[in-house]
Amino acid sequence: MPATKLSKTAAHDNASRVFDLDAMSLREFNQALHKLTPGSNETAWEALNPKGNHSVAVGVDQPVTIDVRGSVGYYCGGMNDGAAITVHGSAGPGVGENMMSGSITIKGDASQYAGATGRGGLLVIEGNASSRCGISMKGIDIVVHGNIGHMSAFMAQSGNLVVLGDAGDALGDSIYEARLFVRGKVESLGADCIAKEMRAEHLDLLQGLLDRAGVTGVKPAEFKRYGSARTLYNFNIDNADAY
Amino acid sequence: MCGIVGLFLKDKALEPKLGAMLSEMLISLSDRGPDSAGIAIYGASSGNEAKITIQSAKPERDFRGLDTELAKAIGVPVSVAVKSTHAVVRTRPDKIDEARETIQALRPDIRIMGAGDVVEIYKEVGLPEAVVERFDVRSMTGTHGIGHTRMATESAVTTMGAHPFSTGADQCLVHNGSLSNHNNVRRELVREGMKFETENDTEVAAAYLSSQMAHGKNLGEALEGTLSDLDGFFTFVVGTKNGFGVVRDPIACKPAVMAETDQYVAFGSEYRALTKLPGIDNARVWEPEPATVYFWEH
Repeated sequence: MPATKLSKTAAHDNASRVFDLDAMSLREFNQALHKLTPGSNETAWEALNPKGNHSVAVGVDQPVTIDVRGSVGYYCGGMNDGAAITVHGSAGPGVGENMMSGSITIKGDASQYAGATGRGGLLVIEGNASSRCGISMKGIDIVVHGNIGHMSAFMAQSGNLVVLGDAGDALGDSIYEARLFVRGKVESLGADCIAKEMRAEHLDLLQGLLDRAGVTGVKPAEFKRYGSARTLYNFNIDNADAY
Repeated sequence: MCGIVGLFLKDKALEPKLGAMLSEMLISLSDRGPDSAGIAIYGASSGNEAKITIQSAKPERDFRGLDTELAKAIGVPVSVAVKSTHAVVRTRPDKIDEARETIQALRPDIRIMGAGDVVEIYKEVGLPEAVVERFDVRSMTGTHGIGHTRMATESAVTTMGAHPFSTGADQCLVHNGSLSNHNNVRRELVREGMKFETENDTEVAAAYLSSQMAHGKNLGEALEGTLSDLDGFFTFVVGTKNGFGVVRDPIACKPAVMAETDQYVAFGSEYRALTKLPGIDNARVWEPEPATVYFWEH
């Protein structure tokens, strides 16, 4: 790649590597991230002008920081395994899809299925998230400062979804063992999702999640907990006619 | 997939740039649908003429001499402006229905893309860039417009299967999604006397809206009706003579992003489509809610 397209913000090795996506291809940026090896000094990265592009900073597997200056399209930070990604804008569908570890922070809003199938790490959405937030989540922690849309946490298997605002229709439909904490109103609960008692262990867990997400001024006691009633775990012969 | 765009201008200073802005929006979504593309532009109303956009697979044969033959047949002046496979026929507003019937009698192979006081509709098989070039959309002026790039799922890849679809005066629709009850709704509309050009599901949605508005509903009320009467996946963007509307089905899995400033209201399947609009960094950007009707009128 032409060296002139790369610039360093300062003279030392661990300064931020800045990629202007107006001047170079997204593939060059992602490939540079994928070439990182353990112990690299290039720990700070920055992408300018993402302009709604898809797949920005997907598949990063090293503990670097990545600041994306603007709004991104589909699948930003997908499969992230260890990076701390911040989007200074909004994110399109599937942000942090299948994240393994690390963190992703969205300063604006997130579109549908944020954090879908995520296995680990922390996804923080400082604005609102759209429908199907945390669908089929498998261990990821998601903290949304605003509201979430309908069908969120559908078939959620494990992990925690924390919502400071309201939740849309059919929250937690067909949920397994994920924990859902909602501070505002829930439009409706999905099949087999019920309100559950908030015990001391849950208050502690929630405080930890709020701390990790940098949320202040909000108390765990202000939330309600929702989870699985576990009535869909086994086939019930009385439901045979429903299929 | 499919990609859809819409742009409704509030600031008259942008009207000369409508075609160029809408073209760039549509081209940015090319990879959402490579099969065909189309655009509907609502130009300024002159008051004393109406337009019919026509299309022919053999434009040289079908458009030659059409102006004089049509003028003679309907007894008023007619102009025909040819643009590639399409042409815009202009005549007196009170003669528009007669002109339409006469065109079809004189030239049976000509297809009517749409008609009205202000709308022009251009659509063809091919990528958005090629379609925009072919019809010189960038140079078009107007107050609002909608566009579509198609990845066909429900019917054949043909010019007539491309969007926008128009079934009423100055009314047209673009659609991302697929309808599952379109055959039944089409039968009901045919019984009401509506005519269909294709087997396409979206044409049924356009005809449904035209039928609702013909029964006295406004655009917003007609869009509201789609939520109960149409089954399937849809994000619709519709244009009328004065207005522009958006509605998504209750599941809302087809993407949609909107932006509003003092100068315009814009719609895109993705944010990518909006990034070149003036003042986008400070625009109010949001996703339209499921099962919620949005519309703006001049």
